[in-house]
Amino acid sequence: MSLTPLSIILALVLAWFAVGLLGLIAPRNVAWVGRTLFPLGAAMGLAMAVAAVLAIFGATETRILAIGLPDLPMHLRLDALSAFFLALIGVTTTGISLFAAGYFRGGDGTAPGLMGLQYHVFLASMAMVVLADDAFAFMVAWETMALSSYFLVTTQHRVPEVQSAGFLYLLLAHIGAISLLLCFGVLQGGSWQFTFDAMRAADLAPAWASVAFGLALFGFGAKAGLLPLHVWLPEAHPAAPSPVSALMSGVMLKTAIYGMVRVSFDLLPHTQWRWGVVVMVVGGLTGLFGAVFAAVQSDMKRLLAYSSIENIGLIFSGLGLALLFRGMGMGTLSALALAATLYHCLNHAQFKSLLFLVTGSVMHATGERSLGKLGGLLRHMPWVAGMALIGTLAMAGLPPLNGFVSEWLLLQSYLLTPSLPHTLINMLAPLGVAVFALTTALASYVLVKFFGVIFLGQSREPTAPPARDAGLLERAGLIWLAATSVLLGLLPVLVLRALDRVNLELIGSSLGERAATWWSVMPLSSERASYSPLALGIGILVCVALTFLLVRRLYHGRIRLCTPWGCGYPQWTPRMQDTAEGFGQPIRRVFEPFFEVQRQTPTAFDSAPKYRVVVTDRWWGLIYAPIIRLVQMLSRWVSFLQQGNISLYLLYSFATLLTLLAFVL
Amino acid sequence: MLKLSLASQLIHFGAALLLLTAFAMLTQRRVLSLVNLFAWQGLILSVSTAVVAYSSVQHHLYVSAALSLLLKVILLPLILRRLLKRLNVRWDNETLLSVPTTMLVGIVLVVFAFSLAQPIAELSTSIARSTLGIALAVVMLSFLMMITRRKAVSQVIGFLAMENGLFFAATSATYGMPMVVELGVALDVLVGTLILGVFFFQIREQFDSLDLQHLEQLKED
Repeated sequence: MSLTPLSIILALVLAWFAVGLLGLIAPRNVAWVGRTLFPLGAAMGLAMAVAAVLAIFGATETRILAIGLPDLPMHLRLDALSAFFLALIGVTTTGISLFAAGYFRGGDGTAPGLMGLQYHVFLASMAMVVLADDAFAFMVAWETMALSSYFLVTTQHRVPEVQSAGFLYLLLAHIGAISLLLCFGVLQGGSWQFTFDAMRAADLAPAWASVAFGLALFGFGAKAGLLPLHVWLPEAHPAAPSPVSALMSGVMLKTAIYGMVRVSFDLLPHTQWRWGVVVMVVGGLTGLFGAVFAAVQSDMKRLLAYSSIENIGLIFSGLGLALLFRGMGMGTLSALALAATLYHCLNHAQFKSLLFLVTGSVMHATGERSLGKLGGLLRHMPWVAGMALIGTLAMAGLPPLNGFVSEWLLLQSYLLTPSLPHTLINMLAPLGVAVFALTTALASYVLVKFFGVIFLGQSREPTAPPARDAGLLERAGLIWLAATSVLLGLLPVLVLRALDRVNLELIGSSLGERAATWWSVMPLSSERASYSPLALGIGILVCVALTFLLVRRLYHGRIRLCTPWGCGYPQWTPRMQDTAEGFGQPIRRVFEPFFEVQRQTPTAFDSAPKYRVVVTDRWWGLIYAPIIRLVQMLSRWVSFLQQGNISLYLLYSFATLLTLLAFVL
Repeated sequence: MLKLSLASQLIHFGAALLLLTAFAMLTQRRVLSLVNLFAWQGLILSVSTAVVAYSSVQHHLYVSAALSLLLKVILLPLILRRLLKRLNVRWDNETLLSVPTTMLVGIVLVVFAFSLAQPIAELSTSIARSTLGIALAVVMLSFLMMITRRKAVSQVIGFLAMENGLFFAATSATYGMPMVVELGVALDVLVGTLILGVFFFQIREQFDSLDLQHLEQLKED
């Protein structure tokens, strides 16, 4: 066996698994599991990223592993698309594993060693999802991923909320998996061969292809958090430990995107443009919904969970755009939209993981998740705050960081929709652009709130002991992810070259060598639009440096310290700062019909005034509550069978026996 | 020829007695008498198995007969009696459903069993094949007995009687099951009884009674 990227990657997957098993030697020993095994896992993640980058520019490799059921070996395939996602998994997990090494401590939850096993099985299964080249291998890896992440979510399994959050996650994961199973059943097109090669060759009727596409959208949408299957995200993320949230939001959601791209671009060769419209609309609505809901959250991890929904919405709308262009036979534009989409996947993995890890550090330092009790952490946790600032700027889509590049590319491809040969879409396209712009703007608003309430101002809980900054390993993880965010923003050429390979493979056309140079990015032509991240970055750096120098050198020593004008209030307390609820209030008012709001305002005569706002998701009442009621009603009927009387139970089996015998007769 | 028909008459007689004991068990109130009836049933079973063995020259059936004699006539009744003594329920009575109703249901079951066994018996070559219906009837009557009882001990006896019926069906239809299976079943019954004995103590400790009505409290609302 020669040393090809695929064999290296398989060895790394096995090594992850082995690292997980090693944790069982001393499951309660934090030093062994945390300080030794997790950094090892991080190193393997880095190695996987390197191997995957090599593979993107190498030839497609396939391999058949003789494991699994008899006569059903595992088919594996490493092409540019899977290599891109493997690189994403590798790069992101490097940072998360480093952070996790310092994060996990002993406690009343799952033992660290057991968690290490679940964690590394989770990583390995995600890599296998991306590598799988037949439906069986894919489903096995997919379900392993769902189960291992379920156990990770329920680390604090004694808390009732965590139990119910875990159950909701598992339920939706399984409903999605059933849909995927049906999707593969349709895709094989009567050949009863479940390899992806057979599915590519299967000639599906357009109607059946649409059915398969719809099932895939439902199944992968349930994993990714597409409207209205998003309900598990805001529950599961706050329940899970922060590195797990980071891994799930940053990496696992991307495997759903991978699956969607794999099915819609690779396994279904004849794209219909209507699919693109559906995906675009659903994605756009999901994005807007996520952004609006993120704005009114007061739990920092719920806020990030809704923000993940928003980003998934953006990614899906980009995917829909790529499908639309492809269905219309416009290869280059489709390549642009797909490149922007996949680029955003990579970026979101970096900054969202970074921010989830930041919440982990904040929670360790203060024990608080509620934004209403945090504040002023900038002084106590300068490292964490600095990294959080990079993460928020990147996610808000500000140049020269990575969020800007992908959102800009996405916007460029949106702006090209007028060239579509279809009037109705041409008329609807501006609406899509507006929704996209609104979503990204709201996202920035959310991030101002996130950073401002947590790190700026003064601590809202004066009694809390001063928070301590993150430890060395945690810091290393944060720095890694912040650095990748900056690098991906400054050197988009690296990513776009890789994405050209993916585009050539999936769509058959690419943006070309000229689209991106070290110095600038010109997606189509220099007359239309171009962006030079390095120049902009250097410009911003120079401006900041000059301002800093001006303030420090020229203005230094003339600062006068005195009590500010108190606006007539004699007393100020930290509780009087703007709160998360207050900051989100305008959005709550503007988007009133989105929410179901219960508000409890104090009267003038209350001795202990209380203000309470509960914002709930309308979708829950619209879709989930009726289903739950139906299930409960059916269960009540079934429960009549259970009377606790043993004679009755015997009678049941007796009656069954007699009926069956009479049937035989 | 005469010898064969004599054997077959003996087997039919045994089968009739078996059915009779099954009906007797269905209507017997006393737990201790139930155990005695069970022992009688075992004896009849053992004798008729021996007759089948003698008439058909199937030597392994002698072992089966000896096994059921040992197990069902001596060992299990002994265990059950000791259990009743230690649980102090030897003289317990049971409230039954009305006896005539139970009997009528039993008769319907016997008819059903006979009509069920008819097509199967046609296929069999055993000399005792016409008793298959009775064997099935015994199984069903024992099942019915389990349904109508409230006390845990009598349900176990019903369970054991059901096994008797199955054993009889096996000998009458196919000259017995393979030896391994028979040994296995015999051991299962023995172990099952022992385990159920342990359960009796647990149940009584929990509810101060062996009445299974109390188990209804365990139901989740």
